[in-house]
Amino acid sequence: MQLGRVVGNVVLNMKNETLDGVTLLLVQPLSSSHEPSGRIIVAADSIGAGVGENVFFVRGKEASFPFYPVEVPADAGIVGIVDHWYLG
Amino acid sequence: MLLARVTGTLVATQKNRKLEGAKLMLVQPLTLEDTPRGPELLAVDGVGAGVHEKVLIVLEGRSASDAIGKKAAPVDAAIVGIVDEVDLP
Repeated sequence: MQLGRVVGNVVLNMKNETLDGVTLLLVQPLSSSHEPSGRIIVAADSIGAGVGENVFFVRGKEASFPFYPVEVPADAGIVGIVDHWYLG
Repeated sequence: MLLARVTGTLVATQKNRKLEGAKLMLVQPLTLEDTPRGPELLAVDGVGAGVHEKVLIVLEGRSASDAIGKKAAPVDAAIVGIVDEVDLP
């Protein structure tokens, strides 16, 4: 998984029918020092995250697991909202 | 699998229910020379690792899920061992 910040959302009119009702959010991956780390991605949201929130997301097929038994064609998915993190 | 250093811990109240009870750790993948390699990741902990420890991580969903004893958990990285030493003759 990776840390990220929700920076926007994506609206689709024409889409794969299994994506019906799935929220797609723009996520900027972050380092633990809150710096942007890599390109902004689109992630499926199963948690109810909103713009400005720090989240963590999973990459790959596992992104679709929260929507089981619907097989959502996603390769990135938000699976948690971050309260805070501690660095050692 | 990759060698990594545990750099921190993360708290998230609102998360997928399959992640309830799982320990989430920030890890920095390392090269064999102990220099950072690629971006920091978030891994579930299957072994009880602590901050600053050098660990072995898997970067694959099925294995990561197995590491925390859950089936089909939406995770893609897990700590599966604490490294004692690496010998590179």
